[in-house]
Amino acid sequence: MNNRLINWFKYASPQNFYPIAGKLIPWFVALTVAFGLAGLYVGFFVAPTDAQQGEGYRIIFLHVPASWMSMFIYLVMAFWAGLGLAFNTRLSGMMASALAPTGALFAFLSLWTGALWGKPMWGAWWVWDARLTSELILLFLYIGFIALQSAIDDPRRADKAGAILALVGVINVPIIYFSVKWWNTLHQGASVSMTKSPSMASTMLLGMLFTALAFWMYSIAVALLRARSIMLERERHTEWVRALLMAKE
Amino acid sequence: MLNASNLECVRGERRLFSGVGFRLAGGEMLYLQGKNGSGKTSLLRMLCGLTPAADGEIYWRGEPIGRLGDDFRAELCYLGHHNAIKEELTPLENLLASARLADEALDPDAALDALEQVGLLGREDLACRYLSQGQKRRVALARLVHERRALWVLDEPYVALDTAAVELVAGLIGAHLQRGGLAVLTTHQTVAVSAGAVRELQLS
Amino acid sequence: MLKLIRAVIGRDLRLAMRRQADVVSALFFFIIVVSLFPLGIGPETELLRKLAPGVLWVAALLATMLSLPRLFADDHHDGTLEQLALAPQPLGLVVLGKVIAHWLVSGLPLALLAPVLGIQFDLPNDALWVLTLSLLIGTPALSGIGAIGAALTLGVRGGGVLLSLLVLPLYIPVLIFGAGAVDATMTGLGPQAHLSLLGALTLGGVFFAPWATAAALRIALE
Repeated sequence: MNNRLINWFKYASPQNFYPIAGKLIPWFVALTVAFGLAGLYVGFFVAPTDAQQGEGYRIIFLHVPASWMSMFIYLVMAFWAGLGLAFNTRLSGMMASALAPTGALFAFLSLWTGALWGKPMWGAWWVWDARLTSELILLFLYIGFIALQSAIDDPRRADKAGAILALVGVINVPIIYFSVKWWNTLHQGASVSMTKSPSMASTMLLGMLFTALAFWMYSIAVALLRARSIMLERERHTEWVRALLMAKE
Repeated sequence: MLNASNLECVRGERRLFSGVGFRLAGGEMLYLQGKNGSGKTSLLRMLCGLTPAADGEIYWRGEPIGRLGDDFRAELCYLGHHNAIKEELTPLENLLASARLADEALDPDAALDALEQVGLLGREDLACRYLSQGQKRRVALARLVHERRALWVLDEPYVALDTAAVELVAGLIGAHLQRGGLAVLTTHQTVAVSAGAVRELQLS
Repeated sequence: MLKLIRAVIGRDLRLAMRRQADVVSALFFFIIVVSLFPLGIGPETELLRKLAPGVLWVAALLATMLSLPRLFADDHHDGTLEQLALAPQPLGLVVLGKVIAHWLVSGLPLALLAPVLGIQFDLPNDALWVLTLSLLIGTPALSGIGAIGAALTLGVRGGGVLLSLLVLPLYIPVLIFGAGAVDATMTGLGPQAHLSLLGALTLGGVFFAPWATAAALRIALE
């Protein structure tokens, strides 16, 4: 048991994690492509045409997984940031910083695909329904996190401050979601809703699952890539980085 | 009583010092020396627990200061570069407010006495904004007159003071050491303090 | 414990009294922003009455945002914040005291001023009462949550704008329930549900936010 504990913290040092991350990335890229193709195949060829919405509904194969990922990544980001705050490990903070832009990307993708779905279906580029509005606020939370970290020069302070912001955000996300839902149901003006999507045939669910997995693999691959470059930048004064860069020359 | 071992300081991306350690007993003063930028202020802040050390431990009465928390801070008096006075308040109000916030008993008479000792009698009801730099420093130093906490950490206490005031502060530190207190300070001026053993630590 | 909070509030109030310009200018900002909306939308009474709850609440949010940076910045500059962090008292309690003092000079005046401005929007009497009540209940949450942002951005480049970016998303539930309470009064639904939820947010914000703020302050002091 003691051995396992030591091993875990050993890989928590950037120096040891850097090469491992490098070896893992190609695998995750491969998985991304595999799941992505599966998802697109199911989405375009296997899932049936919807009775009410015709072919246009197929964008939910991107929209819904993107929403799932944007929320999932926020949780993971807050987890890593909290870990870094509690145990003072450098790598956890770097992972949180590496995940944030990808999370923001999925939040934006969710909003964009939501708009692309809304226009042909209900004639409006944007509706203030609970899901989309919460997604928009989530995007603001991501941007706040990224802005705070880029405004603070000292990387350790940036990690810790970002961690507090992410943890406060995580607590607030359910509160925000609840309040937005409340707001939306009381002001039942727009009767369109993204949540009133076509009833889920199991093939549709399968397609969304594949795309979600593809997005997940993509996120891990990109986060590892970004984390590696963060490691190089932050640790550029250390021995191992210098040796690495000299070896490349 | 105060024990530091293997302290390392990393500021930004530069390592300022490592492997720094010392022991300080009651009645002793530690005189911290080093060039500008060698990390003296950082070390003082580490001793206070404001800045975490990149490596190493600091012990007070045998316990790590992180674990002691409020108990350590109850015995600590820190005077940094900033005077820690509010410009809108008068010297008297400043002394009383900081005592109250630090949970120390200080009645107005004792506060006036302290201000008199540092030579600010007659100025105690003027907003600090209207005082000179030296006078503001004296308001900050007036805390030391009635300060009975065991550990004094002082960052350049003699800056902007005239010779009489420097002697006064040296006297206060000396009296503190005689009572069995400890002092850690940095200064660019060599000032003789009348009591206690003096240790030196050079940060290179 | 209460003694410490009272000492902090006493000190901060005394400082605010000697720097009245800061306090008063935030109130004038509130008035000006509220006046901008009719100028931008048009003087039609029906429309203005409908928009009033949202407009007044958003203006109150923005006015609070303006006054947040000075919550810790002055103490940070002159070194008193360090001394507060070195006091043998929980920093969270000190923050609670500062938040209460901040509310007394920013949120409370806004809440008392709002019904006067609400008259300009032709709000009915019961809506004016609920508006004041909702602001009285909700503005402490704004001060409490805002303190977290103020502590995180202490001494950071781009301070005020960055602070707004961080804190405004977190204010959204308070806005929804606060403005919603006034709206519910005008549509006849009754504000009780909104006000109780608002109260819950304020309790949570005022009692839990100070600890996150204290952690952020210690990070800023490193």
